[in-house]
Amino acid sequence: MQSLMDQFFNLEIMAKALPLMLSGLWMTAKLCAAVIVLGLGGGLVVALANVSPRRWLRFPSIVFTDIFRALPPLVLLIFIYSGLPFAGIEISPFAAVALAFLLNNSAYYAEVYRAGILSVGKGQWEAARSTGLSQTQTLTSVVLPQAVRNVLPDLLSNTVEVVKLTSLASVVSLSELLYTANMARSITYNASPLVLAALIYLVILWPVVRLVSRFQRRLAA
Amino acid sequence: MQNFLHTFFDPNVMARYLPDVLSGMMVAIWIGAAVVVAGVTAGLALACLRTYRIAICDVFIICFADIFRALPPLVLILLLYFGLPGVGVRLSGPVVLFVVLSLTLAAFAEEIFWAGFSSIEKGQWEAGISTGLGFGGTLVYVALPQAVRLAIPPLVNRVLAITKMTALGSVIGVLEILSAATTAQSFSGSATPLSLAAIAYLVLFLPLVFAARMFERRREQSLGR
Repeated sequence: MQSLMDQFFNLEIMAKALPLMLSGLWMTAKLCAAVIVLGLGGGLVVALANVSPRRWLRFPSIVFTDIFRALPPLVLLIFIYSGLPFAGIEISPFAAVALAFLLNNSAYYAEVYRAGILSVGKGQWEAARSTGLSQTQTLTSVVLPQAVRNVLPDLLSNTVEVVKLTSLASVVSLSELLYTANMARSITYNASPLVLAALIYLVILWPVVRLVSRFQRRLAA
Repeated sequence: MQNFLHTFFDPNVMARYLPDVLSGMMVAIWIGAAVVVAGVTAGLALACLRTYRIAICDVFIICFADIFRALPPLVLILLLYFGLPGVGVRLSGPVVLFVVLSLTLAAFAEEIFWAGFSSIEKGQWEAGISTGLGFGGTLVYVALPQAVRLAIPPLVNRVLAITKMTALGSVIGVLEILSAATTAQSFSGSATPLSLAAIAYLVLFLPLVFAARMFERRREQSLGR
């Protein structure tokens, strides 16, 4: 029991690792900001192409979402980080993560948006158009606000997944939360920094997970 | 263009490392299948247990589901793989991968099945019990089939997302597709093995993606959209 506490809940080691891990947490925050904004934007573009009546827009967007839903994000990340230099393109770890997750998250966010846009009835389009709004105005001021509201829980739960995914950046040596925790573990030969990292993720994400559950229950009721 | 093809699709390198990637695929399939069976079974069992509304069990199940939905699997993988040997428990890479992914899937599956159970009206339970089925009988013959049907589309999506994570095994030395490819990449000095890995994943997972889409479209139609 004592050895278990020493190995996993060693407060002394946690305190020592904390400053390093806080800098990792800051990097995780920056990474989250980047990939959430990129994913929300990219996903919207892909979703709009997906519901478009034009075939040459619809088809590529379907291929895009299928491919990036089938590829594990880590494979994509390694492919970009270690593969692109072979093509003469040097890329920083941060840029590699941003690019890989832009592709991966856009596909997932696009599916969520798509469901939202389809949940707004056709009559709304027709009504808005007949009052003289243009196609674009109808989309931005009538359809999208309702679409986003309808799928808010799914957008939120996908964002939880996106935040969790940023931990993969540790594999390409980007010094985010998990990377710094694992570094502290290898220096101290003690797993407590990893436990601390898990606790930090929990403190940030548990309330959001709860919120998503409550949202979904209210929608079901 | 020629250069590009040579870098990413060199036929000689492909032929040389195809066997490694294929054996990596077998490892991914085995671990993935085991995770799906264990995770879905455990999730369903927990959701069924929750219908009995035993306060202490409910608290435990809700905490379990919340924690494993909130934690990044890679954190748990590193924690078990590097932490447990310190207290004398040494688990191999594949076992750690299986345990972590199964627990993660169980947490999500529990929530999905529970959402299915919650959507069943109270009257159905009362009707089932009043016809003499008993609580257990109503659960198995009335509630379960409906809950499972509701759960399938989101469950397929989640199974897809979690079986894909077998790629995380490469971080702890599981010889699956990605680790076979990165090893081959550093030996061959070519990016071709990475393309090979991407193709291997597409072969494995595109059918699942199509299945997931089919279920979703069917549900959208049945909702009259």
